[in-house]
Amino acid sequence: MKQWIAFRNIMLKDMRGYYLKPPNISWGLVFPLAWTAMFFIRTGSGLESAIEVLPGVMAISILFGTTSMLAVTITFEKKNRSFERLLLAPISLELLMLSKTSGAIPFGVVNSFVPVVAAAFLTDLAQVAWGIVLPAVLLIAVVSTFLGLFIAVSVSEVFEAQTFSNFFRFPMIFLCGLFFPVAVLPVFLKPLAFALPLTYGVDILHGSIHGENMLPLWINFLILAGFCIVLFYISLRNIHRKWIL
Amino acid sequence: MKEQMGNDKNKVHPEAGEAYKLIEATALAKSFDDVRAVNEIGFTIDRGEIFGFLGPNGAGKTTTINMLTGLARADSGSIHIAGFDTSRHPRSVQHLIGVVPDESNLYPELTGLDNLCFCASLYGVPKKECRERAGNLLKHFGLEEAGSRKFSTYSKGMKRKLTIAAGIIHRPQILFLDEPTTGIDVASARQIRRLVSSLHSEGTTIFLTTHYIEEAERLCQRIAFIVDGRIVQNDTVANLLQPIKDQKVLRITVTKSGGDLSGKLDKAFPEFEFRDESGDQLLVHSRNTISIGPVVRFIEEQGSEVTEARQLKPSLEDVFVRLTGIEPELMKKEKNGGLQ
Repeated sequence: MKQWIAFRNIMLKDMRGYYLKPPNISWGLVFPLAWTAMFFIRTGSGLESAIEVLPGVMAISILFGTTSMLAVTITFEKKNRSFERLLLAPISLELLMLSKTSGAIPFGVVNSFVPVVAAAFLTDLAQVAWGIVLPAVLLIAVVSTFLGLFIAVSVSEVFEAQTFSNFFRFPMIFLCGLFFPVAVLPVFLKPLAFALPLTYGVDILHGSIHGENMLPLWINFLILAGFCIVLFYISLRNIHRKWIL
Repeated sequence: MKEQMGNDKNKVHPEAGEAYKLIEATALAKSFDDVRAVNEIGFTIDRGEIFGFLGPNGAGKTTTINMLTGLARADSGSIHIAGFDTSRHPRSVQHLIGVVPDESNLYPELTGLDNLCFCASLYGVPKKECRERAGNLLKHFGLEEAGSRKFSTYSKGMKRKLTIAAGIIHRPQILFLDEPTTGIDVASARQIRRLVSSLHSEGTTIFLTTHYIEEAERLCQRIAFIVDGRIVQNDTVANLLQPIKDQKVLRITVTKSGGDLSGKLDKAFPEFEFRDESGDQLLVHSRNTISIGPVVRFIEEQGSEVTEARQLKPSLEDVFVRLTGIEPELMKKEKNGGLQ
C-alpha cells in the first residue's frame, strides 16, 4: 500500500510538473498536424489519402511526445540530484522506474488521438478496428516511453539526451513505414527497419486502420512487448551500473 | 519537535535484539578508478548517539554516507543498520533513515509545501497526514509564509532548512546530515544546530559530517576523524580531549610575524610549542604554565610587537591538528567560511 502511495505521487508530480505544461500541450497538438501538412504538401496527395497517413502521424506523435520529455526530465533530475531522493525512497527500483514512466504513457496516448480527431473531419473512419488500435497505441506509447528511459539512463547531460533521442527518432521517421512503406525501402535498409520497435507498432496501425499490414498482428504485438521488456530491463541494469556507483 | 518526529524506535531486524549498535560498518572500502576514496574503515554508532564524521574536502565523508544510505556500493566490507544487512535488505533500511545531502536537492518547480508533501509520500505517508506534518515543519523552521512559494525562489538558508525538513518528514530513526551548516547565514546555522540537538534529545540517531571542528565538538558525543579515506581516530569527545586537557594554550597577536618568527621562538623556548595560526597570530602550547614576559621580550627583539595575548581552552581543534597535521583554517577556507 505504502509503495503505491509513492508510485501514485511520483506519477502525478511528473504529469503536473512536466507533461501538463502549456508548451508541451501545444507541442503535442502542433507537431502531428505539422507533419501531416508536410506530407500532403510534399506528396501532393489529396484528402482522400488521409487514412493512409494517419497511422504514421499517430505513431510519430506518440514517439516524439514520450521520448523527448522523459529523456530530458530524468536526465535533469539526475543532474540536479533530485533523483537521489527517489533512489533513497523505500520502493523497488522497478516500481520507481514504472512510476517515472507512467506519466509519459498517457501523454503519448492522448497525443496520438490529436490526428485522429483531425482525420475524423476529413475522412471516413468507419472501417477502423478500434479494438486493435487502442491496445496498439498503448503499446507504442509504452515502448516509446521505455526508449526515452533507455536514452535517459545512457547519458549524463540534458543536451546529450536531446541529441541521443534524435539519433533514434529521426531514422525511425524514415525507416519504420510511417510515411513510406517498409517494402519500398532499399534492401540494405530493411534489416535496420526491422530492428526498430516502431516498425511493428506502425504495422499494427496500418493493419487496423486501412487493412494493409506486412506481418500478422499477433507477431507485431509480441515483438513490441518484447522490446518493452528488453528496453526496461536494460535501463534498470544501466541505473544499477551507472547511477548506484 | 516531538510532535513532528515521534519516530518508531522499535523498527529493527528481529535478530538484532536491542540493536544497541544501530549502525555497524566493517572494513568499508570504495575506489573510483585509481582513487581510493574510502580505505577499509570501520565504526559503530550507538542508538540515540550523534556521531560526527570530521575531515577535509575529499576525505571520503560523502562517499561513506552514500555507501551507508545505499547510493553507492562498497567495493568490500559490510554495513548493518538496525541489524539489517544493507546489501541484502536495502528497502528495510531505507524505511529507517533520512538523508540530508550536502546540496539541497528538492524540486525547484514545486512549492515548499508541495516538496515536503511529495517527500513524505515517497515513504507512504497518506495525503492528509503529509499536509499536517508539512505544515508543522514549515512552522517549526519559520518557513510558514514561504510554504506556498516555489523552492527555486528560496534563499540558500531557506533551501537548507527545507531540505532538512524533507529529510525528517517521514520521522526516521537515523538521520544522515551531510555538511548541514556549510555556506549559510549565522541565524540559519544556529537554528539548524538547535534542531540537531532537539532531534537528538528525542532519540534520533544522527550521523553528522562536517568540516567545522567546533560544530562537531559542540554537537557530537563521538567523533571520527577521516583523512584520505582512513579513520585516524574515533572516540568520544571526552576521550579525544583527554591527552590535551591539562595543556596550556596561548594565542599571541603580533604586529608582524614574518621571518619565521615561530621557528625562532621554537629554538629560543624549547619547552613551548609555537604554531602560526594566521597572518599575525601565533599559538603557544605547553604542559606547564606559560610565562608571557620572556616571550614578549623576545618577539620585540625580533622587531615585532605583541598587541594581544589571550589564554585559550584546549579544544578538539588541537587534537585534530595533532592527529592529522591539517590546519583547521584550511578546511574552513575550502568551504568558504567558518563556523557561524
